[in-house]
Parts: sequence; C-alpha cells; structure tokens
Amino acid sequence: MSDTFLQDAPPAPTAAPEWFVTAQRDAAKRFESLPMPSRRDESWRFSNLKALDPLDFTQARPVVQELAEQLLADSVGFEAALATLVFANDRLIAKRADEHLATQGVIWLPLEEALNTHSELVHRHFMRSESSVGTPKLLAHHQASVRAGTFLYVPQGVRLSAPLQAVHWAAGSGQAIFPHTLIVAEEGSAVTFVDWFKSSGEGRNMACGVNDLHVGPDATVHYVSVQEWNRQTAAQQSNTTAIAHGGSAINLGLHLGGVFARSESVSRLNGSGARSEMLAATVADGAQEFDQRTLQDHRSPDTWSDLLYKNALYDTAKTIVSGLIRVEPQAHHTDAYQKVRNLVLSAEAEANSLPGLEILADQVRCSHGATTGEINPEELFYMQARGISEKDAYRLITFGFLNEVLERLPDEALREKLQQTLRARLQGH
Amino acid sequence: MSTEVISQIDVDRTRGDFSYPEQHTFDAGTGLTHGTVDYIADVKQEPDWIREFRHKALDVFLSKPMPTHWASKDLENIVFDNIRYYLANSQRPTRSWDEVPDDVKRTFERLGIPEQERKFLAGVEAQFDSEAVYSNMKKALGDEGVIFVGSTEGLKEHPEIFKKWFGKVIPTGDNKFSALNSAVFSGGSFIYVPPGVKVKHPLQAYFRINAENFGQFERTLIIADEGSEVMYMEGCTAPKFETATLHSAVVELVAMKGAKIQYVTVQNWSANVFNLVTKRAIAHEEAEVKWIDCNIGSRLTMKYPGVVLKGRKARGEVLSIALANNGQHQDTGAKMIHAADETTSNVISKSISIGHGRSTYRGQVHIPRHLKGCKNNTECDALLINSTSRTDTYPAITVRGSRNSVQHEASVSQVSAEQIFYMQQRGLSEAQAMSLSVNGFVNDLVREFPMEYSVELKRLIDLEMEGSVG
Repeated sequence: MSDTFLQDAPPAPTAAPEWFVTAQRDAAKRFESLPMPSRRDESWRFSNLKALDPLDFTQARPVVQELAEQLLADSVGFEAALATLVFANDRLIAKRADEHLATQGVIWLPLEEALNTHSELVHRHFMRSESSVGTPKLLAHHQASVRAGTFLYVPQGVRLSAPLQAVHWAAGSGQAIFPHTLIVAEEGSAVTFVDWFKSSGEGRNMACGVNDLHVGPDATVHYVSVQEWNRQTAAQQSNTTAIAHGGSAINLGLHLGGVFARSESVSRLNGSGARSEMLAATVADGAQEFDQRTLQDHRSPDTWSDLLYKNALYDTAKTIVSGLIRVEPQAHHTDAYQKVRNLVLSAEAEANSLPGLEILADQVRCSHGATTGEINPEELFYMQARGISEKDAYRLITFGFLNEVLERLPDEALREKLQQTLRARLQGH
Repeated sequence: MSTEVISQIDVDRTRGDFSYPEQHTFDAGTGLTHGTVDYIADVKQEPDWIREFRHKALDVFLSKPMPTHWASKDLENIVFDNIRYYLANSQRPTRSWDEVPDDVKRTFERLGIPEQERKFLAGVEAQFDSEAVYSNMKKALGDEGVIFVGSTEGLKEHPEIFKKWFGKVIPTGDNKFSALNSAVFSGGSFIYVPPGVKVKHPLQAYFRINAENFGQFERTLIIADEGSEVMYMEGCTAPKFETATLHSAVVELVAMKGAKIQYVTVQNWSANVFNLVTKRAIAHEEAEVKWIDCNIGSRLTMKYPGVVLKGRKARGEVLSIALANNGQHQDTGAKMIHAADETTSNVISKSISIGHGRSTYRGQVHIPRHLKGCKNNTECDALLINSTSRTDTYPAITVRGSRNSVQHEASVSQVSAEQIFYMQQRGLSEAQAMSLSVNGFVNDLVREFPMEYSVELKRLIDLEMEGSVG
C-alpha cells in the first residue's frame, strides 16, 4: 500500500462554497439514516445488493507521484479530443485543453475548481434532478463524498467540432471513488463528451458516480461512457439527462468491466420536440453482473425517444435490463421505442428483461420489444463454409450484434475508437 | 374525435345489476378469526385434515403483508374486518332446476343459465354466495367416470383423487390471497376426467355475489388424466352495492401426460368488486393448457394465470382481453414457468382503456439453466380510447442458457380520428364506428376462442359501444 498512496491525504477542496458544504453535510445525514434498498424494491428486482455495500469501502486516498505519472501515460482515451481531464482516486492529475475553448466562452474545469470560480452556475445545476430508478441512499452517498469530476459549460450557439473527455482511474483496494460529470449545454450549442472508467491493478474497489446532462433548447449533447473497471470492482453509475424543447441527446454506454456494474439512466423530455437516444452495448463474461435500469420520461407533447440495449453473455454472466417508458398525461403525440436484445452464448448465462410501459396520454405511439436467443446456426454454417473458423465466426457475429449500437453514434472517429475497444474486449472469446 | 361523446362509453352491466333479499340459514358474521374458520368447517362437517388446513392457512394469511410494494395501493382499501366470509342457505346442491329456491332461480334465469343448458352444455354448476345451489351433469359424462362436484363434496367423497393435488399447484403461502382462500374457501368446482375421456361440450360454472360486504372464495381443481380433454367455462356477476365486495378464488389445473385443458373466464363483476384471483396449471409431458381470460367488470382485478411446464414438450397459453372503464383497474397478465426441455408458451394480451380506466399487463417468463429448445412468445397490445385513459406494461423475462428463444413485444395505440371519420363518411354512426374499431382490435384474438364464447364477447363489446354514444 505504502508505495501506492501518499501517506497524508491533502485537505478536502478548500474554500468550497457554503451551499456545497451544507449540501454535503445534509447528504451525509441522509446516507446514514436511509435504509439500503432491498430486492423487494421493484427497481432492485433480480439485482445483487451484496456487491454494493458502501461499508466495505473507504473514501479513496490519493496515489503517489510515480503511479500518477504511469496512469497519465496510460490515459490515452480518444486522441483527437479537444480537452482532457485525468483523475486518479478522485484527484486531478492532468488537465489539457485546446486554447480556443476559452475564447469561445466554454467553461471546462475540474468540479472542485468550478465550485470556487463558478459557484452560482454549478449550484443551479448540481444534482438537481431526482432519479426515480435509483436509490436515494446511494445518491446521498455520492453527494456526501463527491470531490472530483468534470464541469463543462457550453454557451449559447457554440458548436464544438470534436469530443472532450475525462479519464477516471481507481487504484489500490477497498477504495471508493465518486466520479462526477456535469454538462450544461445552452441553447443551440453542440458538444460530445466521453468518460473513461479504468482501474489500476486488480484491487477490489467501488465507484459510485453521477453524470447529469442539461440539454438546452435546440442543443445537442452526445455523451459516451466507456466502463473498463477491473474484474473486482463494483460500480454504480447514475445518469439524468434533462432535455429542453427542440433539444436532442444521445447517451451511449459501452459496458465491459466490473464484477457488478449497475447503471441507471433517466431521460426527461421536458420540452416539446425533445429527442433522446439511449444506447448501450454490454459484454458480460466470467461471473460478471450488469444491472441496467432506464426511464424514458415523456413530459411534453411531440417528444421522441428510442432505446436500444444489447447484451452479449458468456460463461455464468448475468444481465438485467429494466426499462420503463412513461408518458405523462400532457405528453400527447409521443413516439417512444424500447428494444432489448440478449445474445446468450453459454448454457449458464442468465438474461433478465423487464421492459415496461406506463401510458397516461393518448395519440401516442409506443412499442417495446425484448428478445433473448442464441446465434443462428445457419449464420455460423454460412461463415464456416467460407473458411472462417467457428471461433472467429462466433466473434464476428457477436461484434456485429453489438456494433449495431455503436453505429448509432454519428461521431465517426470516436465510433472507430469504440469499435477498437470492443474488438479488443472480444479478443479472448 | 370528440372527447365528450366518447367518454360516455360505459359497459353494460345491467344484466347482473339486481339483487334479492337475503335469507341465509348460515352466516359466519363479519370479520375473520379462527372462530370463523371453525364455523365454516362445522357447517360443512369437514374432516379434521381440512379444518387443520384452514387454520394453518389463516395463520399464513395473517402473517403475510399486502403486496403493495409493487401492486396498486387500492388494495389497502379492503377492510377485512367488514367482510362476511360465509353465507349459505343449504349445504347440498340441488340436482333439478325445479328444486332451486325461487329467488335464486330468478337470479340465475336473469343471468341466462337455463338457456345455456338448453344448448346442450355438458354440465352447469352455479354458485350463489358461498355454496353451489344447482348442479347438473349430463348422465353420459357420469357414466364415463367424469366427476364434476363442489369443492367440499370433492374433498369429502373423492379424497383419493383430489387430495393429492389440492393445494399443490398453488400452495397456501403462494400469496396473501391464496392463503385467505385456503382458510375460508367454499364452493367452486372439482373436476376429474379419467384417462382418454374427451369431454365434447364445455363444463360451465356461474358465480354470483348477492349479498353486500360479502367475500366469495371459491376453489376449483381440475384434473385431466392422461390423454383426456376438457373445456371449462366460468362466468361471474354481482349487483352494485355501496360498499366494496371481495372475490378471491384459487383455481388449480393439473394436465397429466398428453391431456388438454382449456379454461375460459368471462368476468363481468360490478364495479365495486375487488377481484383477486390466483390461477395456475401444471402441464405434464406433452400436455396443453390454455387459459382464455376476459376481464370486463370489477373495480380492481389482479389475476395472472400461470402454467408450470413440467413435462417435456408441454405447452402453455394465455389469451387475455381486458377492458377497463371509469373507476376500473384491470391488472392482469400471465406467468410461464418453463421446467422441462422443448416446452413452449404463448401469451397474447389485448387491453382497452376507456375514460379514466387503467389496464396493466404484468408478465413473468422464466427459463432456468440447462434446458434446451424452450420457446416463449409474448405479445401485448393496448388500445387507449380517451386522453384520460391509462395503460401499463410490466413484463419480467428471465432466460438462463443459450438454447432457448424468447420474444416479447408490446405496443400502444388508439382508435385514430381518421379511421372513425372514414367510417362515418360511409354512413356508420360514431358508436358503430368505434365498436367496429374495437372489435377489429381484438378480432384476431377472439377468433382463437371457442365459438359460443367469441359470439358472446363480440355482443358484449357491441353492447358497450351502442349504449354509449349519441
């Protein structure tokens, strides 16, 4: 341990504004007093609660300089990014940004710095939306303990040409980190952002993260998360995307790592004409468990949402996809779709699908579909007949199956990077 | 389309909306204690094992919480202490229509049972409050060894047949309401069809609640022995009372190797009845169980017929139509538990929500490890008539292993203004147009139903639409 961590943790963010300090104190009390969820809660049905016990982990300590430098060298992410933040155990270890960002009025800061320099702006958006698919206790845990992350503000009409990114490392063992991403895109702006989640070493850690996206009128936000925790890490990631009228969002998750990884994603279509695409591609092998909960919340008329979640399951892996489309009484002329596809590649894997609809308006077009199946033997035969080995054929078909999700991302260079990552992940199979 | 006009659509429930003065010889009073259970067991002169079964069930009922963590909060409005758990006039069902007391007979005549009999239906069992009042079965069936009796009679006189399966498909502790039923059950049908016997005409039962604040807890157990076939049809009605009424049945079906059971329900309870029913079947090798479930009445229905597919190549099917009008919540669905290779299941559910009505589909499909060749298909379609109508879908699908295939699809739509306009252009009234649209929506499902039943159902939908607009 001593060669991984600094002995003395540096002080908590200095001079954080009073509202933030108070909010953290209140959240700590809520975390203490609230009960852990149980599997009897509908949003935790089929889930594994043992993996996420916050008491098994202590707040992460900073890593030593040598490790930080090594992690920095490994933090490639997306090469063509306009700006990069790198965190190790919730401490900023590098910040890089294209100089034009500032001249365009873009605010691109580590959260702890933004709290000081843009306290008002952060306050207006920080953890403002209730999450109805998660658990108040873990959200309170995050709010009480958060100390690092990204604050990105894109002013009106600014359309950024390339993605921005953050890399979050978890190192050591028994450590808990609380990555946070807050993106505010003003009217008519456009931005693409990528969060990379990675582990250093094979220690058993916990990540309890939040990302909130505020998509202004006619703004476009593409958010991508690439989750590559090590095979001991338990993760919980809670997302809320609030979309104003005419705004449009894509939220794509590539889920590859962790022993237990839960992701909660809520799209709130607040203004008429708002659009949301919710996408996820998951590779589950070994004894991995992926628990995905989603809500498409249509609150205004003429809104559109489309969800596509695909899971490839090997070995004794387990996946849960529980999604709800909710159409509020005033949200007439809603179009909402939800598609869950499970490709089961072993006799021991388990896929759970809970696609739900709650429709309180009329003049609505809604549909959902969930399928679970194996690889079509005819497809396999066809490929083998053309000289492709069975193993390669399996891998090609699985890649193609998941790639359908990645294809939905318009940013071409970034998409290629994700495809590379996915290919590498499937290499062992 | 104009909302004001359409919101007047109402189900025609007047056929069942009448009651007669109560003159009950046996009345267990209100509230539920071990004393109530003893009273019922005494009146029915039951053997000790049944009495014990009831007492144990009551303890389970009292210890179980309401399932309100997922179900409608409306359940909390059931006041168990205000309910009367047993009402009856006499213990033995009469065999001839003439011996039935006049007021009871008038009730059933209004419900159309004698006509059904004239149509050569195989047998009729009619339950009025707690006990069957009239029971008749074509003599030929009795000669073939078919047993069609009430629950008490079945357990007392044919324990060697019924005791083996009684409470086995749905154990007492399955849920709070199956425990309640196990404690106070009375009436219902126990049917045994011997090996190879194919009952040509449907067996029928009618359930009616006549008394206010009354809970009806019938118990049905149907055993179709190897290679036999049987169809069972039940209908339910109740008059409208000011206070809520509870109907909580348990229905167990056992299809032995190669047997076929079809179970058809037309539920048209009045809009103050809590209808909380547990229905489940076990299908052995190559057996086939089909639930056909039509829910039109009640205040809150919670009913998810299930099939445990226990033998290789067993098949389970649920075809369901639900219609929820103002003040109604139809919370229905299906459970398919695959427990053997090459089992197949099919669920098709269509719901229609009118006015402030709410319809909900809840489904469970479970395919455990190491099975192969299992298939499930689920389709849920919902039709919304008004802007205030609501529909929900909550399926849960668990598939373990790679050699099975499951597909689930659901859609929500409404009768489009263009459709109605088009038909009105061609001279149909708005009501006729609406009725045609709704019938079109359920048509492909209704075609799967037995003929008598699909005619009845179409007429019922027409009636609703006719009485409603203009």
